[in-house]
Amino acid sequence: MAFIPHTPDDVARMLETIGVQSIESLFDEIPATLKIKSLDGVPPALCEMEVGRLLMERATLDGRPLNFIGAGAYEHHIPAPVWAIATRGEFYSAYTPYQAEASQGTLQLIYEYQSMMCGLTGMQVSNASLYDGASALAEACLMAVRANRASSSRRVLMPRSVNPTYAKVAAAIAGNQDIGFEPVDFDREQGRTLLDALQAYSGQDVSALVLQQPNFFGNLEEVGALTDWAHANGAVVIAVVNPTSLALLEPPGRWGQVVAGKQGADIVCGEGQPLGIPLSSGGPYFGFMATRMQYVRQMPGRIVGRTLDVEGRPGFSLTLQAREQHIRRSKATSNICTNQGLMVTAATIYLSLLGAEGLERVAAASVQRTDDLVAALTRIKGVTAAFSAPRFHEAVLLLDRPVAPVLAALERRGIVGGLDLGGSFPELGPALLVCATETKLDADIGAYAAALSDVMNQSRPGAAA
Amino acid sequence: MAELQLREPVIFDLSKPGRHAGSQFPPRVPGTAPGKIPEHLRRATPPPLPAVSELQVVRHYTRLSQMNFSIDTHFYPLGSCTMKYNPKACNSYAMLPEFLARHPLAPEPQGFMACMYELQEMLRAVTGMQGVSLTPMAGAQGEFAGVAMIRAYHRARKDLARNQIIVPQAAHGTNPATAAMCGFEVKEIPCDANGDVDIEALKSSVGPNTAGIMLTNPSTLGVFEHKIAQVAKIVHDVGGLLYYDGANLNAILGKVRPGDMGFDVIHMNLHKTFSTPHGGGGPGSGAVGVGARLAPFLPIPMVGKESNQYRWLDERDLPQSIGRLSGFMGNAGVNLRAYIYMRMLGREGMVRVAEFAALNANYLMKRLQAAGYEAAYPTRRASHEFIITLRREHKLYQVTAMDVAKRLLDYGFHAPTTYFPLLVPECLLIEPTETETKEDLDRFCDAMIAIRQEMEREPGKLASAPHTMPVRRLDDVRAAKQLDLAWVPAA
Repeated sequence: MAFIPHTPDDVARMLETIGVQSIESLFDEIPATLKIKSLDGVPPALCEMEVGRLLMERATLDGRPLNFIGAGAYEHHIPAPVWAIATRGEFYSAYTPYQAEASQGTLQLIYEYQSMMCGLTGMQVSNASLYDGASALAEACLMAVRANRASSSRRVLMPRSVNPTYAKVAAAIAGNQDIGFEPVDFDREQGRTLLDALQAYSGQDVSALVLQQPNFFGNLEEVGALTDWAHANGAVVIAVVNPTSLALLEPPGRWGQVVAGKQGADIVCGEGQPLGIPLSSGGPYFGFMATRMQYVRQMPGRIVGRTLDVEGRPGFSLTLQAREQHIRRSKATSNICTNQGLMVTAATIYLSLLGAEGLERVAAASVQRTDDLVAALTRIKGVTAAFSAPRFHEAVLLLDRPVAPVLAALERRGIVGGLDLGGSFPELGPALLVCATETKLDADIGAYAAALSDVMNQSRPGAAA
Repeated sequence: MAELQLREPVIFDLSKPGRHAGSQFPPRVPGTAPGKIPEHLRRATPPPLPAVSELQVVRHYTRLSQMNFSIDTHFYPLGSCTMKYNPKACNSYAMLPEFLARHPLAPEPQGFMACMYELQEMLRAVTGMQGVSLTPMAGAQGEFAGVAMIRAYHRARKDLARNQIIVPQAAHGTNPATAAMCGFEVKEIPCDANGDVDIEALKSSVGPNTAGIMLTNPSTLGVFEHKIAQVAKIVHDVGGLLYYDGANLNAILGKVRPGDMGFDVIHMNLHKTFSTPHGGGGPGSGAVGVGARLAPFLPIPMVGKESNQYRWLDERDLPQSIGRLSGFMGNAGVNLRAYIYMRMLGREGMVRVAEFAALNANYLMKRLQAAGYEAAYPTRRASHEFIITLRREHKLYQVTAMDVAKRLLDYGFHAPTTYFPLLVPECLLIEPTETETKEDLDRFCDAMIAIRQEMEREPGKLASAPHTMPVRRLDDVRAAKQLDLAWVPAA
């Protein structure tokens, strides 16, 4: 019997102790009419060898195309120690660290993680993770509205240069609490949000402004000026950032000047996946969140603190639990309970291995590879760069013909060529979002350029490839 | 237990400028692109991350891992958490390189999506629901999806007065927190002396404002809700819907299905019943299942199948969906582990889950009762878990449930859940799961018997427990008052 250790003798003795004739008697409180008649929808059991074979066949079917999509999930090298350690049973099969004395490993690791995220973001406190970047933004919007006591509008400005899926998830989650999201348009030439676009809201009651850096197009926003505008207008600033980029870019905690007594973003969140988490069809990843100390009691999710034991030795435990659902119930900051602990374990090991120097090398190499990719692809007739703003490791390319057939033709050549932006940004015309990280070598970029050139030459503008 | 008396500095204290794990650095790429980032957008000083060697990292985190109790190392009878064996095959095959390398927005991977489609179908079969979405990323997000669907359903019918969700007092804290997050008012109702929902209280609480009720069955009190059919009728008769919290699905897997009990919507904790790892606090996965009425509102994306091709179902397929809850498709890799587990159990193994979980729980309850411990609901069968109350011991010896929990750590057992549900004084909620041997259950009983003797003879030993862990009892008041939430470089 798979995973059940009972011998017939065990069962007999246990039933005798309980004082019943059969296992079925243990279910005698369930009305007979409710008992299951059949489980035909579940196939018969497979042994490990058979299930292994099935999964290997399916994995082989999916293959390993050369990938140039980013759009919120980024392919980076993952050091061998990361998952070798994270999948140790002591981390992999432990529960949330409620029994602190028997969970010091997980607790200390989370404390180290919180410290690293504070260092990267320039904030004072971090939580122990949320589900993913998109849902972290939803929680950040709810938190911003709670924290901004001077505002009663529940209006959040959501620039269109923010990942459109993040905006959808924020609306799906926070919209249930009557938070209204208002889109702010981006500048077509630069591909970023201009201060001018915010001026229409000057003097109005705005609860929060969301700023993504780098933005969905890969471009760098003038975050300082936008942050200062928000503070001058009483809005809380929510930064959505890529953690890899923070090795190079100004941390959100230092954006802008001191305005209305505050400098920098008030809440920082984002997708932690670039820190050692495989792409894996979209999850599990982890969301991160950091904030100012003054807002710590408004923050959702677990937080670990360092304290002392009865003998005065340092130790770690979950703290500020009065914010959480198991204590506060319907008055909690969020319903979140389980988060993404194992992913945080991987990310903490990743950041320890890379350090500031290694992360900076990864970020710089990614910026250069994307620049090389854009240069190679825009040499092809019919391909141009869409925007003029400085960028990090993604770029929007404009094609002189529909994107979908081009991507399909590239796929047949084993290349995932980027994300078609037609659905979310039809005003750009045929547009493709591409990304190259440090994992893309000259040969990979050359292969993509050769394939795209081939595809573009074999079809005419406006025709199927 | 010498290995658990490890002491390990925080990683920043191992750091030394100039040291690094050089083989993890990518090659330098020639070019000037990074320099084109304008000066005012660049970071002035590097982030304060540790500078350590690869071996230092490996040793540090391996040593930290050794300070944890886990299923792989210890019996972990944490009630309501279903700490069963997490088969190694589930992890190995979910981590095949093709699965890990797949970008979520790349063209639809037919092999992976076949697994997800079949997982949806198997979950439908074991729950008796009409439709399943795998996208919620944890139990609490599954709850959110469920309650948001109830809200969307009433709104679509222009039934706008329904602003209340009923929750029994014994419910998990996530239930009322979720209802509030979905914009509902929460109405808590009591349970009767047998642990069932108080039917009179329910009758007087429902009405035209009732959007629905959130129930766990078996309840958090460890007993099957006898009157489930009656509860379903009362709520349905006033136009409300029934939400099933799947926290305790392990107790009934293969025996009875929430869909047959009359529930309109359920969430499943794949990290409990379907044995995906808890990972020290996640990732979980909180798939939701619905009856026909709520099917149009399921969260997206889901996996559809048309002429043997799998594709993502999105806004165009489900225009009334409550929408997206994650950046991509939820915790895909966790779902893959659950799929592998379910294929290995198969139809025949699925039935045995509840059977042997109930056998272990009822055996352990009987043995602890024989050892002098008081079951909170002695006239009831245990489901997959049961509650011991230490109210007598608390009076006689001044020991608390916390003391017993901490002392169990010294005996090499993870503690049961303590002080939950809140209704039962000084309680231990004990869930052994089906994967434990009789010998391990007996050893746990032996420890509980020994602890009972300590209560009588040397209660101080309990009050000061644990004695063999890396730390003694921690000062939680200090932790919350003198906040130390991040290491900061010395000034």
